[in-house]
Amino acid sequence: MKITKVEALEEKANQIRQDILQEIYYAKSGHPGGSLSCTDILTVLYFNEMNIEPSKPNDVSRDRLVLSKGHASAALYACLAERGYFLKDDLVTFRNINSPLQGHPDMNKVPGVDMTTGSLGQGLSVANGMAIASKMDSMGYRVYCLLGDGELQEGQVWEAAMTSSKYKLDNLCVIVDCNNLQLTGKTEEIKSLNAENIAKKFNSFGFNALIIDGHNIEQIMFALNKAEETKGKPTAIIAKTIKGKGVSFMEDNPAWHGKAVNDEEYQKAIEELNK
Amino acid sequence: MIATRESFGKALAELKNEKIVVLDADLDTSTKTDLFKEKHPDRFIEVGIAEADMIGTAAGLATCGKIPFAATFAAFATGRCYDQIRTSIAYPNLNVKICGTHAGVTVGEDGATHQMLEDINLMRGMPNMTVISPSDDVQTKKLVSKIAEYQGPVYLRLSRQKTPILYEKDVDFEIGKAVQIGNGQDGTIFATGVTVAESIKAQEKLLEEGIDVRVIDIHTIKPIDEEMIIKCAKETGILVSVEDHNIIGGMGTAIADVLTEKHPKKLIKLGIKDCFGKSGQPESLMEYFEIDSNAIEKVFKEKFQK
Repeated sequence: MKITKVEALEEKANQIRQDILQEIYYAKSGHPGGSLSCTDILTVLYFNEMNIEPSKPNDVSRDRLVLSKGHASAALYACLAERGYFLKDDLVTFRNINSPLQGHPDMNKVPGVDMTTGSLGQGLSVANGMAIASKMDSMGYRVYCLLGDGELQEGQVWEAAMTSSKYKLDNLCVIVDCNNLQLTGKTEEIKSLNAENIAKKFNSFGFNALIIDGHNIEQIMFALNKAEETKGKPTAIIAKTIKGKGVSFMEDNPAWHGKAVNDEEYQKAIEELNK
Repeated sequence: MIATRESFGKALAELKNEKIVVLDADLDTSTKTDLFKEKHPDRFIEVGIAEADMIGTAAGLATCGKIPFAATFAAFATGRCYDQIRTSIAYPNLNVKICGTHAGVTVGEDGATHQMLEDINLMRGMPNMTVISPSDDVQTKKLVSKIAEYQGPVYLRLSRQKTPILYEKDVDFEIGKAVQIGNGQDGTIFATGVTVAESIKAQEKLLEEGIDVRVIDIHTIKPIDEEMIIKCAKETGILVSVEDHNIIGGMGTAIADVLTEKHPKKLIKLGIKDCFGKSGQPESLMEYFEIDSNAIEKVFKEKFQK
């Protein structure tokens, strides 16, 4: 069931943030910062935008999502569980030896995961392949590819961007989770990337690029609609986000890229989200 | 005489399955996928000089039910794209066929950068991957068709060098089943790709000298035909392997792995001795690196003169 009301989507995103923290708390490892920065984007995609049916995860006509920044797996799993692909109870098994919920998403282990990812920079090529297949077979399904801003330092992304525009993949929508941080510091300092020049880059590669507030549900919905309306070229939504969004002590702090919460931090984070 | 890349291109163009999609990275006239492009332009994807992107695109197509054949030179297909193959194809076990032409020193004049000598090692060490290295026109065509039917990732190793046609048109080949040529008891020559013809040449010359050896065409390096290797180790004297690949990690190593565990016996490995290739004519290079018929012959003669 799609959620159409903005407030209801905001509520869902809040619940997903709590799920993410629970997963990472139980796993005692994971990537909270980059999961919380893309939570609102994924929530809109899975609860409003994408044509999907959780009871038919392999339906050939479904829309697809490639989580190119595979380390945000906790966010993807939370969305899929909340959407009904598998039991929410399973989330606490995240990263455990017998769990299907691998550290990075495995398409053969988790229903609803459309592509196995983990090594950065590879997702857009895969999304292109899916979008080309959709066009070849006149299936009409759309493909979404969520990339990190740091990930754009991988050359393959730009090889792929040329393919997206060459094949006029207007059924492809790239979303960059532009949280300005990567593991060791500021993305702008490490490789001079910021939302504005990322948008310019995608524009010059033949995309229709839009900059939005990646935590504003209405703006995310608006941009995804724009992407659908755009014909003859792919769209790139550059979503300005905050790493660790929703948890005060994690926000904009690179230390929370790949670190688990302890008992106290977990409690504090959940309390903040429940305010 | 025909190169396996040429046979590959011809076979690919003839495949009837509409799910087959061919990708190339600006080398279609060399990899011979141009033959497919001419016939099925709507199912041909040119990614440009972007091999990593080609592998990822192929993976995406495979998730949607297509059967992608992604072709480029072996050096770039496996070396440049190792991580793309690993993460986006082999780990998710996607039905992509990676076709590396111009493998080995027999590339010739282009030299070391283009003479891939580590590809078998890279690909056979990867879980879920099947590794095929055909020896002639008939075998290549039959195996291309088998690979298209087979579900799962495959690395197909092909050559630029023209080689003789070794098999009759009606011979069938199965993935994982090596082919025995002759029934000599004095020794076995295990060969793959371009070295199979050299081995047969050596076999003929050795017979004139009274040394009767058999040749085993290992067209599938993974999964390797253990039964055949054990049988030859039991039935014949000297075991020799010869390949246009580094002696570390190639077909010889795969055979040695089987022998060590199942039937310990000495194996003499001929191949490129852990060094890079160099420019030259293919025939001269095979002689220089001692993987031609003379080198094989020499090994047996030395053993039998003792």
